[in-house]
Amino acid sequence: MTWLFLSSGLFLGWSLGANDAANVFGTAVATKMVRFRTAVVVAGFFVVLGSAAGVSGAAGTLGRLGAIDAPAGAFAVALAAGLAVLLLLKRIGLPVSTTQAIVGAIVGWNLYTGRPTDPDVLRRIVSSWLLCPALSASLAAVLFIAARAAMPHMRIHLLEVDAWTRVGLLAVGGFGAYSLGQNNIANVMGVFLRVSPFPEEIVVGPLRVSSVEMLFLAGGLAIATGIATYSHRVMKRLGGGLTALSPLAALIVVAATATVLWVFASPTLSHFLRTLGLPAPPLVPVSSSQAVVGAILGISLVRRSPVKWRAVGGIVAGWILAPAVAALLSLVALFVLANVFLLPVAAP
Amino acid sequence: MTILFRRTRALEAQIDQFLDAVSEGCLVFEKGVDDYLRHDEPSFEERRKAIGVFEGKADALRREVETRLYAESLIPDHRGDVLGLLENLDNVIDQAKQTLGQFEVERPEIPEELAPDYLALARACVQATQHLVDSCRAFFREITAVRSHIHKVYFFEKEADRLADGLKRKIFAMDLELARKIHLRYFCFHVETLSDRAEGVADRLAIYTIKRTI
Repeated sequence: MTWLFLSSGLFLGWSLGANDAANVFGTAVATKMVRFRTAVVVAGFFVVLGSAAGVSGAAGTLGRLGAIDAPAGAFAVALAAGLAVLLLLKRIGLPVSTTQAIVGAIVGWNLYTGRPTDPDVLRRIVSSWLLCPALSASLAAVLFIAARAAMPHMRIHLLEVDAWTRVGLLAVGGFGAYSLGQNNIANVMGVFLRVSPFPEEIVVGPLRVSSVEMLFLAGGLAIATGIATYSHRVMKRLGGGLTALSPLAALIVVAATATVLWVFASPTLSHFLRTLGLPAPPLVPVSSSQAVVGAILGISLVRRSPVKWRAVGGIVAGWILAPAVAALLSLVALFVLANVFLLPVAAP
Repeated sequence: MTILFRRTRALEAQIDQFLDAVSEGCLVFEKGVDDYLRHDEPSFEERRKAIGVFEGKADALRREVETRLYAESLIPDHRGDVLGLLENLDNVIDQAKQTLGQFEVERPEIPEELAPDYLALARACVQATQHLVDSCRAFFREITAVRSHIHKVYFFEKEADRLADGLKRKIFAMDLELARKIHLRYFCFHVETLSDRAEGVADRLAIYTIKRTI
């Protein structure tokens, strides 16, 4: 039964792969610099790697937002988030945030079960949603200005710039996929942390794999499956959906997105900044959709290129709708599981 | 990585060879006109054959570069521009070859006193093509230098216009049969077309250069 409950998390992972992971390689595929198949292999490999490495970090924050302690409750929350993403993705066809959907669904669980929502954690998560696109836009703008100033003086052959951009897109895209796995695995498997169906620990040769690592690995594989099966459409629309991007601008978008995801996911960076006495960014799951849209807008503003503001409005509306729809679906799913299937959705 | 860059470098070399062929073909054109004006028949025939070889080489290289750009999906954002550039550059050397061929077929009788004017016109046109080739090389490797080469193309095109205008006036002021005057003007026009072609490519290149800013 617990395995059946986990299926909703895997479904959410699949939708994250189809949607959010498309953000990382979207501009690269849309500008025809990276083939879709290559993007799938690189993104799939690194997202699994990042997911397995994401045991510490952003997952804890979601756990503090809502300590879901019944498998049926976790099932309903993950299912609601996955359905919300898929519904909005189909409706507006542009990336919506899985992160926001899962937060909305957890708040829905808190509301249904009467558990308190920690306002401090919620504030930290929601403020990161504003910080993430702003940081990504600023970073992309700075990188773009630097590249625009430096490139003409570098005397590199047009074809070599092309080759280096491809290599850069794959390398930075791999880093982005790793950061996405590390940051967003919490969205997919965070709610199952307390109700994992895996054994406490298994030993494979010299390796000791914990229950959480197995859970995150399964989530990573689900994300990779989503990338392989459903991300093509989002990738293609993302590149040309907001504004026309050159391959070099696409590389900057991927770099800014990857860096922002990493900043919000890396405990190492957080620890390093604290030891220097600097303010560390909160380790919260942020949205790759927000990061990528922020980066594209950052470049567009510097370049003063025309932006399809209607499309931007649609995406921003999606960001507001995603948590709201997910919370609503979560309430409905929890009600059905508790009253129709008579399953406990929270520990007594 | 090495394979990736080896293939890139091979393609870069092909583009350079194409530009060399266009440049050398145009230089041969100038020598060919000079030979014709000096009535050096064997040398003229040699130049005429040589320009055909350069034109054929440029054609083959252009096709190969175009095929590879598409087959390997290279420079997706500038591919159309590069193809347009190569095709229009190819038209420049085609024009030079055709003009030399017309000298060979029609054998215009150029009065001795007009020979220096025809040669000066051919030189100005060829200068325009040489600066055009330089601006194309800069487009691939040193984008900031394109403008300074393009402005020289424009300068020599205007110079060619001025020389052609003076030459036509001289032709029609001479005591010659109208048919011969028209024939001479016709060759003035043919030589001058070379710089017009160069100017056309430079115009395109100026736009492509703006597009190359990221």
